[in-house]
Amino acid sequence: MSLSGDKKVEMYRSLLLLRKLEEKTVEMTMAGQVPGWLHSYLGQEAVAVGVAAYLRLDDFVASTHRGRGHFLAKGLDPNRLLAEVLGRQDGVCGGKGGEMHMADWNVGVIGSSGIVGGILSTATGVAFACQYRDTDRVVACFFGDAASNQGSFHESLNLASVWRLPILFVCENNGYGEFTRQQDAMRVLDIATRAQAYDIPGVIVDGDDVLAVAGAAAEAVGRARSGEGPTLLECKTHRWSGHYTGDPQDYRSKEELEDCRRADPIPRFRGYLIESGLLTEEAVQKVEAEVVDAVAAAVEFALNSPLPPPETALADVYGVTQ
Amino acid sequence: MKDSRYIRAISEGLAEELDRDGNVLVLGEDVVEGGPFSVTKGLVGRFGTKRIRNTPISESAFMGLALGAAIAGLRPVVEVMFMDFLTVCMDPLVNHAAKMRYMFGGQYSVPLVVLTAAGAGGGAGPHHSQSLEAWFAHIPGLKVIMPSTPYDAKGLLKAAIRDDDPVIYVYHKGLLRQAGQMPEKDFTVPIGVADIKREGTDITIVATGLAVHQALSAAVGLQEAGVSAEVVDPRTISPLDTATIVASVKKTGRLVVAHEAVKGFGIGAEVAAVVAEEALDYLDAPIKRIGLPSTPIPFSPTLEAALLPTADDIGRAAREACGVAVEQ
Repeated sequence: MSLSGDKKVEMYRSLLLLRKLEEKTVEMTMAGQVPGWLHSYLGQEAVAVGVAAYLRLDDFVASTHRGRGHFLAKGLDPNRLLAEVLGRQDGVCGGKGGEMHMADWNVGVIGSSGIVGGILSTATGVAFACQYRDTDRVVACFFGDAASNQGSFHESLNLASVWRLPILFVCENNGYGEFTRQQDAMRVLDIATRAQAYDIPGVIVDGDDVLAVAGAAAEAVGRARSGEGPTLLECKTHRWSGHYTGDPQDYRSKEELEDCRRADPIPRFRGYLIESGLLTEEAVQKVEAEVVDAVAAAVEFALNSPLPPPETALADVYGVTQ
Repeated sequence: MKDSRYIRAISEGLAEELDRDGNVLVLGEDVVEGGPFSVTKGLVGRFGTKRIRNTPISESAFMGLALGAAIAGLRPVVEVMFMDFLTVCMDPLVNHAAKMRYMFGGQYSVPLVVLTAAGAGGGAGPHHSQSLEAWFAHIPGLKVIMPSTPYDAKGLLKAAIRDDDPVIYVYHKGLLRQAGQMPEKDFTVPIGVADIKREGTDITIVATGLAVHQALSAAVGLQEAGVSAEVVDPRTISPLDTATIVASVKKTGRLVVAHEAVKGFGIGAEVAAVVAEEALDYLDAPIKRIGLPSTPIPFSPTLEAALLPTADDIGRAAREACGVAVEQ
């Protein structure tokens, strides 16, 4: 199954939306418009868009504290996403979750977790339900390199392997767990090798190359859909920002920060699209203008959404049982 | 009505709910074989290994897996052999299952039941004997139930499976052979409703789990001493039926709270606080609490027995509260 030209253009639009909405959200955070922290996804967009390329609307994604890119790529409404980041009533979770805790089941966004590695077992459970009901739906569960040192990673991979569950474990290896370099936290720098311990395929891919990610994801999705079980897909990528917006990043050199931007997945993919005749310079301008408009609309929507009424703070702790 | 035992009440409740709803499944360590207390014994023959599923010894993963299954619309019952083992799956339970409906703006129901054995008394030692229900009662979003009779065990289990929130179902190992009566037909016991196990006028004894039976036993001795004790079994720890407890204390004017869990920061403290807030003026004596001292559960029978609360402890506390001579 190869990607059509239209699909590739759509992926480019998705990359650009992730980037521009994120830049705007960072700007709003610096301006004090966002409560709490923001964990920027800048630089890692190719992973989200590449994996999403082979997911259907009825498939699922699950994610981390740095998860908004995955959700946008899966189809979460940018307006409601940004409203949630701002803690507004029209946010996708009514302002209860915020940036780190978001879900929208209607577009297959299981949710994200503020606990590193916390969502892996839940995502494995959704994959279990897909299998239990004899569907061919699959789950892509994103997490970072640091999460692969958590017990939940190892236990979830083991269980998914034993039961051959339809799930992709997608590790975004950006080289940092919060403020700590990967090599200071683990000896194994290729996380994909950990797949061997669970007798599942472990694949390493350039996470800044959206087509490479999509190609690897295609195989893993195919395996999952056909009942062959999980895959561990490691995408080597770069975190442009600090752990959170405002993190001074004293632990990274200036050279390193400049270097990592050279891996920018967007100009690379744009170059490919133009070279292969899928996009003209004119069309590039048009896509860009559309994305700029979408971001502006999201900002307007989010800022116009009221803060949730204080009395809703007590709602939805429990359900109403028949 | 028919006679049954507690253990049979649980396995019958599971079988009936598995039969009633194809979304119900049971998973956990050795559930196919029945587990150490045989509560799931025989289910696999009727429902197969798809729905009665052994897991690796990997509580954190299978608890999270059950959560994922629950938000996807299944109704998993997770059997966790010993309540002590819940300590290794606190993240999926506390950070995720308990909060998932709330933090995602009410999108999800979490119909998850955790069925787990608590309690000491069998020489199981520090890692297989704890009563940790207060931990879970402290977490908004979780419900905690502790049935003390076969009737409640079955009715509350069926209610828990039909409930749309995560329910921690705690049974004391010492209750498994408890006999009692229950209807032949389908029935449930509502979550959040206490039961007055014995009516009385002089003192209220609020007791949970195995301590309910100790309280009932103490009440017989108290009766002989001229004290009429009312035994209130909350059945559900969270949400606690404070109305029934407060009404009982307003009637009797005295309160003893008894449980096997550690006394400090426990359910007894919560019950005492509620009564102090809502019925202080009705109290004729200080509230007494019976519970384990702040000590792990030791292995050797003499050490274990030295710590565990007994019917005599409850009776003594009640006599003190009532100003009746305490038997030596």
